[in-house]
Order: sequence, then structure tokens, then C-alpha cells
Amino acid sequence: MIHARGLARSFETRGSKGGRGRQKSEVVAVAGVDIDVDAGEIVGFLGPNGAGKTTTLRMLTTLLKPTAGTATVAGFDVATQPEQVRQSIGYVSQSGSTLPEALAGEEIVDHGRLYGISKRQAETRGRELFEQLDLDSLWTRQPRAMSGGQRRRLDIAMGLVHDPRLVFLDEPTTGLDPQARANLWGHISALRSERGATIFLTTHYLDEADALCDRILVIDHGVLVAAETPEALKQQVAGDLVELIVVDAAQLSRAAAALAALVPGSPPDVEGSLVSLRVPHAGRELAGLLRALDRDGIALESIEVRRPTLDDVFLTLTGRSLREDAA
Amino acid sequence: MSAASAAAIALAKPSFARVTWIVFWRQLRIALRNPAWVIIGLAQPILYLGLFGPLLVPLSSSFGVTNAYTIFVPGLLVQLGIFGALFAGFGLVAEWRAGVIESERVTPASRSALLLGRILRDVSQLLVQGIVLIALGYAFGLRASLPGMAYGLLLTLLLGASCAAASYALALVTKSEDVLAPLVNSIALPVLLLSGILLPMTLAPKWLQVVSDIIPTKHIVDAIRASFVGDFGLPILWGTIWSVVIFALLMWIATRTFRRENA
Repeated sequence: MIHARGLARSFETRGSKGGRGRQKSEVVAVAGVDIDVDAGEIVGFLGPNGAGKTTTLRMLTTLLKPTAGTATVAGFDVATQPEQVRQSIGYVSQSGSTLPEALAGEEIVDHGRLYGISKRQAETRGRELFEQLDLDSLWTRQPRAMSGGQRRRLDIAMGLVHDPRLVFLDEPTTGLDPQARANLWGHISALRSERGATIFLTTHYLDEADALCDRILVIDHGVLVAAETPEALKQQVAGDLVELIVVDAAQLSRAAAALAALVPGSPPDVEGSLVSLRVPHAGRELAGLLRALDRDGIALESIEVRRPTLDDVFLTLTGRSLREDAA
Repeated sequence: MSAASAAAIALAKPSFARVTWIVFWRQLRIALRNPAWVIIGLAQPILYLGLFGPLLVPLSSSFGVTNAYTIFVPGLLVQLGIFGALFAGFGLVAEWRAGVIESERVTPASRSALLLGRILRDVSQLLVQGIVLIALGYAFGLRASLPGMAYGLLLTLLLGASCAAASYALALVTKSEDVLAPLVNSIALPVLLLSGILLPMTLAPKWLQVVSDIIPTKHIVDAIRASFVGDFGLPILWGTIWSVVIFALLMWIATRTFRRENA
């Protein structure tokens, strides 16, 4: 569905760094990425703000011309066949798609007609989408009178009016409350299970990428740093995090020694009464660890085993936390 | 499963005329839903007509005409055309901010048609405002030939279309009301003053006449006035040429801006 090779985009900005006069400087937003998405996949594009997500998306949707590289989207070349690309894809941007003062139903009908659909078909299709996206009663409502979640679903309906095989979603759940997010996730997975659509979505929420996507592409500073399944990505982090909290701080060093015995060569982190260590396949080691602690007479306040999150993955891949940048 | 409905949807790139029509109707619907701006735009020249027009009546002999409103109404028409249309870009900035422009640009619809549909809305709005203004002028005592007034209105519409095109191009480039507002005002005010909108430039001292002669809209105002008094001579030819040249130039610039790949 999507095949991009060396796709790159740089912007010229005028700065006054040199002091006198204006000097042009080049800012590289995307520094050559290769992307392959197969039909029927849900692929997440993950990265902090400013990493190049939206720029890449805008190149793939023909809104921005690449400065280098090529991309085929839905079988058409973005540079030479932009109209065919536009006809085949749906694009749900971050900024919305309807005028706050217009009526939702009229907006979707007009949008459909811009794809060459007849007025009557656009209306039938629009009402069908409103029903599927739980917008039934909102046909004559102004978008400004809708909730954030309703407006996002309206944007998705707008992007689907011509029944595209490939749908781009740019940060679909940004700014929504947890309930509206979970509801939208359901609708997004239904795009594939009920329509067989291929979905390419950007996000900087880890749980979102984890919950929805078959594969995740991680972009940082305009470069792809990983392209894997969420599971495989998590396995790049060396193991699960085992955290022990001891009752008596005097037993801390002995607890640390018991934990350290599991993974030779990597000392556990000690912080207050908490000892933690990354342990590969912690499930297999846990019973032995507990027996060893028990033999030593070490009383535990708690023991926790945390599977690696995508945040851990991002930290491992880039040395930075995703949340620091997203905040 | 929606396979049945999916198969029923026939996709074909919509024609240029069709897109223009869809966009025109959408814009018109939105304007009519909130007609405040249409009314405010019209109120201003009506106030001029009612509160300033009577002052000109005793001066009509010094303009060299018998009916002061043949001088005044054409000026107000041009004011309506320039001011109303130059502010069209503000609506576009709002649409851009709401994501409408981008979502239209990912459809296969012709981008020039997306522009033309909007300009047609502005022109049709100007047409209605112009007719109301002329009718009111008539009530105040304007007397002019029907073909003359019709031709004057036509030149006004051409000028309005040019200004709307310029405003849309500026809006798409700046994408900000804060930049657009001072820009539009700094263009519109000198143009209005130097075009002899309220009083003919024949009353001006020599230096001011020379300056105003290089303002194309002054010649358009002159042409509309000549048209109203039925003087089909050189001024009308000049004004018509200027109208067409400005229209062609600004439409070309605006179309290029809209078609640009990376806006």
C-alpha cells in the first residue's frame, strides 16, 4: 500500500544568526525514510513532537513535495500521479476538516462531491458513516456545538466518505478524554475489521500505538530508528523490570544480592527500600528468586514484574524518554 | 460489511465547473447562515449615501454634472467592491485554521476551482449589494441610464473579483488575521483616498492629481462615473482596460498560490 524510499524533506528558514542581514539556513525535517506498509495493516508512526511525523504524512498524502526520495501510495506515485493518490486515500488531519459554523451533514455531502460522488450517493454514504460512528442525531448539528470526541469522529467520517482503501490518521486522539479515546480506538480498529482498510496513524501516545497497531515505526530527528511489531520492539529492551520493596532496609543489600544472582554482570538499581533489575524472561526466574529470598529470611513489602513499555523502548533506542519531548 | 455500498460508489474526478459550483454553494450557504458581514458591508455605503450624499448635492455644479449622485454612487460602488472583497481573505484564514482548506486539498478536486468558487460567492454578494446601493441611490435622486449603470456595475464586479483573489492569495500565504488586517488596511486606505471615491480628483491640486493618476482604480472609478452619465468615451476605455488587466494579473497570482504544491 505504501512504499517509500529515501523520502526526505528540508525547509529553508531565514534566520539572523550571522548578525548582519538574513541568512538562509536549511532545516532537515525528514532525513530520508524507507516505509513499507502492506494492505490490511495498521501501522503506527511513533515519535516525539518535531520528529518528522506530520511532515512524512504530508508527503505521503501529496500535501507536501518531497525534496528527495520516492513514494508509491495505493499504487500511485506521489510526485507524478498526485490526483490518483488523492482519489485513493482518506486523510484525517490534526486540525480538523469542517467549518465550526457549517452543518455537519452538509459538510460531509460537499466533501464527498469533491471526490466526484453524486449528491444523493454522498448523502446516503454520509448518513451510513454517521450511523457507524455514533453520530446519528448530529446531521444538522454545527461542529462547534459538538464534543471533542464527536468532532474527531466527524473528521474520520469526512475522511471516509469516498470509501478509501488506505486511511491516514494524524494524531487521532490528541486532546480527548480517556473514555473518548477508548471509544475512538474501537472505531479505528473497526475500519479494518469491517472495511478491510489499511491504516497509517501517527501518535505520540505509547498505549495507543500498543493497543492499535500491528507494526510500529519509530522516528526521531527525521530518521527511522525502528520498524517492528510492538512485541518485538519490547523485546529489544533487555527483559522485564523486576522491582522488590523490602520491609526492613537492613535487608536491602541481601535482597539486591539475590536479585543480582539472576543476571550475572549487571548490578541492580537501589533506591530507598526499592531494588530493581531488568531480568530476561522474568516469569521463569521468579519462583527461584522468591525461594532464595525466603531462604535468606528477607521480608518483602511488595514484588512487581513490569513488562517493558514502548516508553522503555524509546529510551533504549534513542537514549531519551518520549514523554520529555511530548510534554 | 459495507462492501455493497463501497462497490456502489463511483469515483470520478469532478470537473472544474462542478467543483466551482460545489464550493460556490457551500460558501454561499455559510455566508447566508451568518449574514452579519453581508449586512455590515452594505451598511457602510448606505450610511455614506444617507449622511454624506446630501452634502454633495449643492456642490454638483462644481463637479460639472447636474446630478451629484452620478459622481457619488459610482464611488461608493468601488468602495464596496474594494473593501468588501479585500476582507474575503479573513474567512479563508478561519477555514484554513479549521482544517477545511487542507481537507479540500487532499481531494482530487481542481485547486483553481476551489479558489474560483469562493471568488464567485464574493462577486454574487457584491452584485446584490451593488443593486441595493443603486436602488437606494435612485431613491435619493440618482438619475442615470440603465445600460450605463449596468456597465458600471460590471466593472465593479470585475474589480471586486480581483480584490477577492488578491485577498485569498494573501490569506493563504500569511495564514494569520494579525498579518492580514494591517496589510489589507494599508493597501485599501491609500487606494480609496487616491481613487477619488468620495469626491472627484478634478477638485484636487495638481500634485495630488498626478499622484492619483498612477492609481489604476482612479481610472476605474472615472470609467464607472462616465458610464453612469452615459459618456462613452476614452475614460471608459481606459477604465475597462485597467479592470481587465488587474483582474487577469491578480487572478493569475491567486491561482498560482492556490495550485502551489506546498502551501
